[in-house]
Amino acid sequence: MAEENNVNDIIKEENCVFKKTRLLTDKPLSFCPGCGHGVIHRITAEAIEELGIEEETIGIAPVGCAVLAYEFFDIDMQEAAHGRAPALATGIKRVYPNKYVFTYQGDGDLAAIGTAETIHSCNRGENILIIFVNNGIYGMTGGQMAPTTLEGAKTATCPYGRDTSTMGYPLRITEIISQLPGVRFVTRQSVHTPAAVRKAKAAIKKAFQYQSEGKQGTCFIEIVSNCNSGWKMTPSQANKWMEENTFKYYEPGDIKDDFKLLKDVVKK
Amino acid sequence: MGELRLMKGNEALAEAAIRAGVDAYYGYPITPQSEVMEYLMAANPIKTTGMVVLQAESEVASINMVYGAAGAGKMAMTSSSSPGISLMQEGISYIAGAELPCVTVNVVRGGPGLGTIQPSQADYFQTVKGGGHGDYHLITLAPASVQEMADFLKLAFELAFKYRNPAMILSDGVIGQMMEKVELFDPIPRRTDEFIKETCPWATTGRKKGTPHRIITSLNLVASVQEAFNKKLVDKYTKIKENEVRCELINCDDAEYIIVAYGSSARTSMKAVDLARAKGIKAGLLRPQTLWPFPEKQIQQLAKTAKGFLSVEMSAGQMVEDVKLAVNGTVPVEHFGRMGGMIASPGEILQALENFINKK
Amino acid sequence: MTNEEIIIAGFGGQGVLSMGKILAYSGIMQNLEVSWMPSYGPEMRGGTANVTVIISDERISSPILSAYDTAIILNQQSLDKFESMVKPGGTLIYDDNGITVPPTRTDINIYLVQAAKAAAEKNMNKIFNMIVLGGYLKVNPIVSLENVEAGLKKSLPERHHKLIPANIEGLKLGAEIIKKIK
Repeated sequence: MAEENNVNDIIKEENCVFKKTRLLTDKPLSFCPGCGHGVIHRITAEAIEELGIEEETIGIAPVGCAVLAYEFFDIDMQEAAHGRAPALATGIKRVYPNKYVFTYQGDGDLAAIGTAETIHSCNRGENILIIFVNNGIYGMTGGQMAPTTLEGAKTATCPYGRDTSTMGYPLRITEIISQLPGVRFVTRQSVHTPAAVRKAKAAIKKAFQYQSEGKQGTCFIEIVSNCNSGWKMTPSQANKWMEENTFKYYEPGDIKDDFKLLKDVVKK
Repeated sequence: MGELRLMKGNEALAEAAIRAGVDAYYGYPITPQSEVMEYLMAANPIKTTGMVVLQAESEVASINMVYGAAGAGKMAMTSSSSPGISLMQEGISYIAGAELPCVTVNVVRGGPGLGTIQPSQADYFQTVKGGGHGDYHLITLAPASVQEMADFLKLAFELAFKYRNPAMILSDGVIGQMMEKVELFDPIPRRTDEFIKETCPWATTGRKKGTPHRIITSLNLVASVQEAFNKKLVDKYTKIKENEVRCELINCDDAEYIIVAYGSSARTSMKAVDLARAKGIKAGLLRPQTLWPFPEKQIQQLAKTAKGFLSVEMSAGQMVEDVKLAVNGTVPVEHFGRMGGMIASPGEILQALENFINKK
Repeated sequence: MTNEEIIIAGFGGQGVLSMGKILAYSGIMQNLEVSWMPSYGPEMRGGTANVTVIISDERISSPILSAYDTAIILNQQSLDKFESMVKPGGTLIYDDNGITVPPTRTDINIYLVQAAKAAAEKNMNKIFNMIVLGGYLKVNPIVSLENVEAGLKKSLPERHHKLIPANIEGLKLGAEIIKKIK
């Protein structure tokens, strides 16, 4: 019995049921427990590893909670100024058309300060992947209103709830992006259940595969996520709230594939 | 002898970019430098050298495209004019903080604000004193002819890569718009991806298995680490100051009065010096070709024998501060300049010089 | 020693800038230093256009001048602006088409080139500016006709080279019609 309790005897290749991808460093993630970023980092790294493209992939980190993404991904990375990741990605992809280039951005980065760079890189059909993590809040700076914050939702800069008459409406930038002819693949995913994680990862893999075809066409993956710290909830409460509220406004599912719209994005 | 052509400064710069083996130009139109991108688009170098030319959605995007390509070890550049350069300051600061080599070109026009589209030199402070945030310097070259627009483009990239530091070509509307004879240097092939991997081990070209990943960033969350990095930058800047000052001295050997002027003001001042000499005034011209590093030592040397310095700029008086710092109170220093897009004629400069001499 | 400082001024669309460019290119063909500095910006649109051309056998200092050896003037506004800026003993060449107040200075050489009239008579409107240039080169043969032709070849795209003989015709016509009036 004493032998069975020795941990070193358990750590054996044949007993391994889960292994962290090589493409994440050993540096502890800086995200809050329960946050979706860690999972999204993992599935992105797994997708790159499984496709065997790590030596040809360059990632762009944003400003926001994922600002240190370059510390966690064990691939070549550049850190952009706030909102400018798609411009960096364009700059790289144009001079290295055979490399895989992706950005990893939050809602403030992508849909507020970086709206112009987002729209125009997509409109040019840059052959890059944009991973857009939408948690409806500015997490890193302490929970201020984001362009995607839902109507009525309370944040540090809309303590009485988002009032659309003075603060504008939650921005469905993904639906806007999907209408640009240069965009090839648009999907909205989440990572709050094992099934959702698998689907999100499959979408990321598909987007990288599309990029390998060398064709024009941007791939844009929104991942609706939580921010339990910012929302002031427990992780499980946050996920439940997300399912009940966020998904109504930001409906999960594929929106566009191979340049064809799969749903009426204007009607809503 | 290289190929001779009659070209605008902006065109010569663009042609030089193709010939220097530049990998990418990302830009946005603005007067008076739009000919740079127009020339490049017409030349369509993607078909010949493979150089990418892309019209971005803004100057903000342009400089960040440059940031991306430079971080991946490529020779990347942009050009603009004053208001556009203001928009680029964020990106330039990041590029300086990430220690990336690139070249930006400012064909200066009158300001502040939307200002005029006529020539000016009012962006001196912005360029050499750090237009963006943080402690950094741009290697700043000031062409005074169409020939130098071409030659300095190549030199700017050489210095940028030598020191892993952004370089700025500070031109103006006169130099950009005028045509002169230019002898074009022979084309240099673009660097191969293998060459980039060898010479730029820091560049994000894709991490080989078993080697550490490369990170291009300007972020340090720990203050002491940031300070150590700042010190490293200071050491680099000291080295650049020691080695890369460039200036031209015209008629300075016996000069009692030295005009200090760069860019198109150096051209008008050159004529003013001729006019002064014709009147028996012992005038000379010191023309900085690098504004940062600034030719402090050369000015100090001249200050030992000269009776005074007149800084001539198309501004309210910016470079004059650096001339004063160099002269350090030993002899009088004054500024003369027109502003807002007005150009001082050689006759006006001569008059200013005579007023300066007679005042004493 | 060659050092000729010229202002060419008229309406936008008269070929002022290209005349200057051809002159400058011809200078290069003759191994001279040249500079060509245009007015640029909104004043060009529908208004006046002018260009300063300097041709010299020495390094050119200022491309911007306040006094000229020669002024080539093609409209009234330009005449009003530049007549006083011709150096004493210098040259003023003008086309009197549309000129209501002719030049009055007596300390400079004044030539008339009725290029617009000649161009209309001979259906040579497209090379109006070459007629003017021909007149100037008759007065001051600073560059040879051969070098102008070489300059045209160098500055025009290949597909326009068939127009060169007509341009040379224009130069010759200008040389014939120019006359000294003061």
